[in-house]
Amino acid sequence: MSETDETDERKAVRRVAGTGVPLRGDDIDTDQIVPARFLKEVTFDNMGKYAFHDARRDDDGGMNDHPLNVYTGNVLVVNDNFGCGSSREHAPQALMRWGVEAIVGESFAEIFADNCKSLGIPTVTVDADGVEEIQTRVEDEPDTPLEVDVEKERVVVAGDEYDARITDAQKEALVEGIWDTTALMRSSLDKAKDTYDDLPYTDW
Amino acid sequence: MSERTLYDKVWDNHAVQELPNGQTQLFVGLHMIHEVTSPQAFGMLEERGYDVAFPDRTYATTDHIVPTEDRSRPLEDEQAETMLSALEGNVDEHGVEFFGLDSGRQGIVHIVGPELGLTQPGMTVVCGDSHTSTHGALGALGMGIGTSQIRDVFATGCIAADKQDVRRIEVDGTLGEGVYAKDLILTIIRELGVEGGIGYVYEYAGSAVEDLDIEGRLALCNMSIEGGARAGYVNPDETTFDYLKGREYAPSGDDWDEAVGYWRSIRSDDDAVYDDVVEIDGDGIEPMVTWGTNPGQVVGIDEAVPEPDETNDPRAAREAQEHMNVSPGDTMRGVNVDVVFLGSCTNGRLSDLREAARVLEGSEVHDGVRALAVPGSQTVRAKAEDEGLDEVFADGGFEWREPGCSMCIAMNGDSIEDGELCVSSSNRNYVGRQGAEGGKTVLSSPATLAASAVRGEITDPREVL
Repeated sequence: MSETDETDERKAVRRVAGTGVPLRGDDIDTDQIVPARFLKEVTFDNMGKYAFHDARRDDDGGMNDHPLNVYTGNVLVVNDNFGCGSSREHAPQALMRWGVEAIVGESFAEIFADNCKSLGIPTVTVDADGVEEIQTRVEDEPDTPLEVDVEKERVVVAGDEYDARITDAQKEALVEGIWDTTALMRSSLDKAKDTYDDLPYTDW
Repeated sequence: MSERTLYDKVWDNHAVQELPNGQTQLFVGLHMIHEVTSPQAFGMLEERGYDVAFPDRTYATTDHIVPTEDRSRPLEDEQAETMLSALEGNVDEHGVEFFGLDSGRQGIVHIVGPELGLTQPGMTVVCGDSHTSTHGALGALGMGIGTSQIRDVFATGCIAADKQDVRRIEVDGTLGEGVYAKDLILTIIRELGVEGGIGYVYEYAGSAVEDLDIEGRLALCNMSIEGGARAGYVNPDETTFDYLKGREYAPSGDDWDEAVGYWRSIRSDDDAVYDDVVEIDGDGIEPMVTWGTNPGQVVGIDEAVPEPDETNDPRAAREAQEHMNVSPGDTMRGVNVDVVFLGSCTNGRLSDLREAARVLEGSEVHDGVRALAVPGSQTVRAKAEDEGLDEVFADGGFEWREPGCSMCIAMNGDSIEDGELCVSSSNRNYVGRQGAEGGKTVLSSPATLAASAVRGEITDPREVL
């Protein structure tokens, strides 16, 4: 479960504790996370059931041994360049609605990481060997307790600590509960209007 | 950190303030929207009771789900009709200018923005689509964003952004006959990797880049994202100004001179500082074709498909070769072709259609090959028809379609079938991207695609040109 507190509209995400879902492979793109044919809906409500829809199924439509069919954890553990490709927020929306509350990986595509931040899902990076080790430990023992500590920049697996990194902005946003930037920026609309006025091309 | 680059200057000009979370609030000069990633954002906006803060900086069109044959309303696909109707309702309610199916200007967002002169040098451009990097071809800073960020832009005219490093990619020399911007960007992605651009904005420079016309630069910047770079740009020059002059939304009269002055001022300075510089030999670039299932798995047309162990990700390479049914040591030249798709925000512009038509003219697609030509916009389509290109395609056995994203993303009914191999001028060869999971995609330039359509197998366009 995710340790959060809600005051006003703020919702801090300081640590996420639970168990893992090891999902191996580099360059897993957002077309795999949610195939494009499922994007033809005007809300994100149904996205949870489309998470890795095709990858989770055999050719005959039956469920295979994809990690999302095998594990029930809330921390996805991935490899390099996860979430590359299309900018579709449907991808993190699908993972979130499936039950993912944090993602640990070797690296993340930028737009994907930004989209996760907008939803309050930490994306923390651990070196390649560390990720591999965490994946193996979860595969060996799916109930292994796993905690993503955003504040202290570490992942704790059954008491063992792994150094993790998170961008300063993402950490600040999650820990302080200011990851929803709409209200924050809307409150300084006058400043945006000043910039609008200063830019030459808004007059042309 | 970089200094005095176009990126630094555009960033500084658009920075509203530093946010308490450490990000920069960056003003958005042009926000383009389409039917797939905007309805949820409009919904979120309404939940919070906000209006669109800068409707005059916001433009909409429809591209991803529109049919390329029968476009009569209601659209046959109910989900597509719902999405299009939702967009029409939203733009109407919020006062956003919309290039709809009857406007004569509908098309793929990244084709419409530049060709109407909406995209201009020194502007920040965002869209809920990763190929927004395309707009960098005009010296703009184009970035793809997600739906929550679209909500941010609607409500505030801004995005919360982290500043990136700048990598200058200098391509010297001259691209040879039959070698295009598409071959150049595929070469760059092979050199630097599909994740090599994470954390960077790419500045493309050098003689081979400066020699490209704007449509070539658009194809180049378009696939920055396939190299992991969220944005890529070319410094604006006389080619850029000539392209923009007279376009519908470009400045005119006295404004024009002021604009050119501004556009010159935001070019990277000669003594700009970069975080990284990479040099590429433009003379040595061959027509490129992908052999795998990501855009970095690519070779020259006569080059051998690599041994998986010689790639940086042997497991992925083995899986890709199995999917594509190719073996190390083979060349892609000669591989049997079932479908060709000419179009997309990468290569759906007039010059792309012209190059493909130049190869095709006087020939016909090979027996059994299904060939689609999908112009990127209604503007492109009309110009192509003025030149008679539609007849070249029709005579040559291509289907001449209405504009949209079509078979690049296969959301509108245009798709490949299991087992088919498609040579495509689009940007992504991911498994399932063009429809069936058992389909195969080979990315190439429009000329390579046209030559391959005629021979029924992957063909070096230089043999035909």
